[in-house]
Amino acid sequence: MQFDFLALYRAIPALVFGASMTLRVTVLSIILGLLIGLVAGLAKVWPNRILRIIASAYIELVRGTPLLVQIFLVYFGLPALGLNLDPFIAGVIAMGINSGAYVGEIVRGGIDSIALGQMEAARSLGMTWWQAMYYVILPQAFVRILPPLGNEFIALLKDSSLVSTIAIAELTRTGQIIITRTFKSFEIWSGVALFYFAMTYAIARAVKHSEERLRYSE
Amino acid sequence: MNKWIVEVKKLNKYFGKHHVLKDIDFHVSYGEVVAIIGASGSGKSTLLRCLNGLEPIQSGEVIVDGVRVNGREVDLNKLRQSIGMIFQSFNLFPHMTVLNNITLAPQKVKKLPRKEAEELALTLLGKVGLKDKAHMYPSQLSGGQKQRVAIARSLAMNPKVMMFDEPTSALDPETVNDVLDVMKELAEEGMTMIVVTHEMGFAREVSNRIIYLDDGKIVEEGTPEEIFYRPRNPRTREFLSKIISV
Ligand SMILES: Nc1ncnc2c1ncn2[C@@H]1O[C@H](COP(=O)(O)OP(=O)(O)O)[C@@H](O)[C@H]1O
Ligand SMILES: [Mg+2]
Repeated sequence: MQFDFLALYRAIPALVFGASMTLRVTVLSIILGLLIGLVAGLAKVWPNRILRIIASAYIELVRGTPLLVQIFLVYFGLPALGLNLDPFIAGVIAMGINSGAYVGEIVRGGIDSIALGQMEAARSLGMTWWQAMYYVILPQAFVRILPPLGNEFIALLKDSSLVSTIAIAELTRTGQIIITRTFKSFEIWSGVALFYFAMTYAIARAVKHSEERLRYSE
Repeated sequence: MNKWIVEVKKLNKYFGKHHVLKDIDFHVSYGEVVAIIGASGSGKSTLLRCLNGLEPIQSGEVIVDGVRVNGREVDLNKLRQSIGMIFQSFNLFPHMTVLNNITLAPQKVKKLPRKEAEELALTLLGKVGLKDKAHMYPSQLSGGQKQRVAIARSLAMNPKVMMFDEPTSALDPETVNDVLDVMKELAEEGMTMIVVTHEMGFAREVSNRIIYLDDGKIVEEGTPEEIFYRPRNPRTREFLSKIISV
């Protein structure tokens, strides 16, 4: 058997389109995940115990169940409650909620890694918990959060292939469709893999870059 | 006006079952310098932390500048502005320049305009002898310099009382005196100070009164003269003989 480059070459425009959909789903999920994760992470270190319990429950539930099931739950399950979502929206919501749990743990870990003395010094100067968090703890935590956050973005981008199951024409789904027409499994899946790799590599570089810039200014 | 800036009555503090402070009673008057001495683990740090509400207490009363620290209505954020706290480990904010370390709280807490906060910071840096370090980061400073910045940072809130928790214990010997000199100067200017310290020279020269804490209890309290030359309690005598022979 030989590698049919021409088949792969012909598939490139479609794959680019699929990859752009993958990027769109992922970027929106990342943004949603960051928002949820920041709230969940702060809730986990909040002085109020109730909030801590709620945040823990959310994080444990999400991390203890498969993303695929979460996607199905949002897309196929919510209509039972009268909530019919467009596949794209359902995908973003499911992935955002999923990512929020992991980001929440990352944020909490980053905050916990900052010495207790920093909070105490800030509070001793008369700052509120919020002020101390905002001006003193989070800026320091952010530098430490960035690398694991980059890993989470990469994991999320790869996991976005799961939304192919709810008919979102992202990269994986696009590959499947092309193969049903051309039967060039090996060529197309190689191409799909390459596209994923290009995107995860770009994220990894971007994170590394901002990490170095931050360290320089520290 | 209250007679005392700090008033502690029958203070008891537990960590779980561990009884760490036992029926602590003492007063500090305005302008007084009180040194707290005692072995490691005797509860000195915890006592300071109870005074500015970093640690809750289980019984008794702590009154600072007329405000009950353990009262339900207390505004700790407001009260803490009048209580400066210096830590053994400095706790400077490493992601900010020296200048910003000092201007942060006056700007955010007291809503001082940036320019005024910076002028104040530079004045205070001059006072602790570090005006040229304003734009450096804490990691670029020696321990003694860091501690002096921490003192300037506290002073920027214009506190009524300054508390020091072993301010020179983490320092290289050659920088200890720079910090002690700044503290002496503060004392001479009339600042009320509570200083947990192992620097017996400082306690003897600068403080008006010394409190000896042993296993969570005030075992003896008196002037430096009394504590160093005529200690009544054998435990005090034992402690002093150990620490001075070191
Ligand atoms: N956060 C805490 N939780 C539990 N025990 C503590 C805590 N902080 C201090 N202790 C205990 O309280 C006692 C007094 O500690 P501390 O006030 O730090 O003593 P000192 O400053 O005189 O060395 C010690 O036995 C210490 O182990
Ligand atoms: Mg201590």
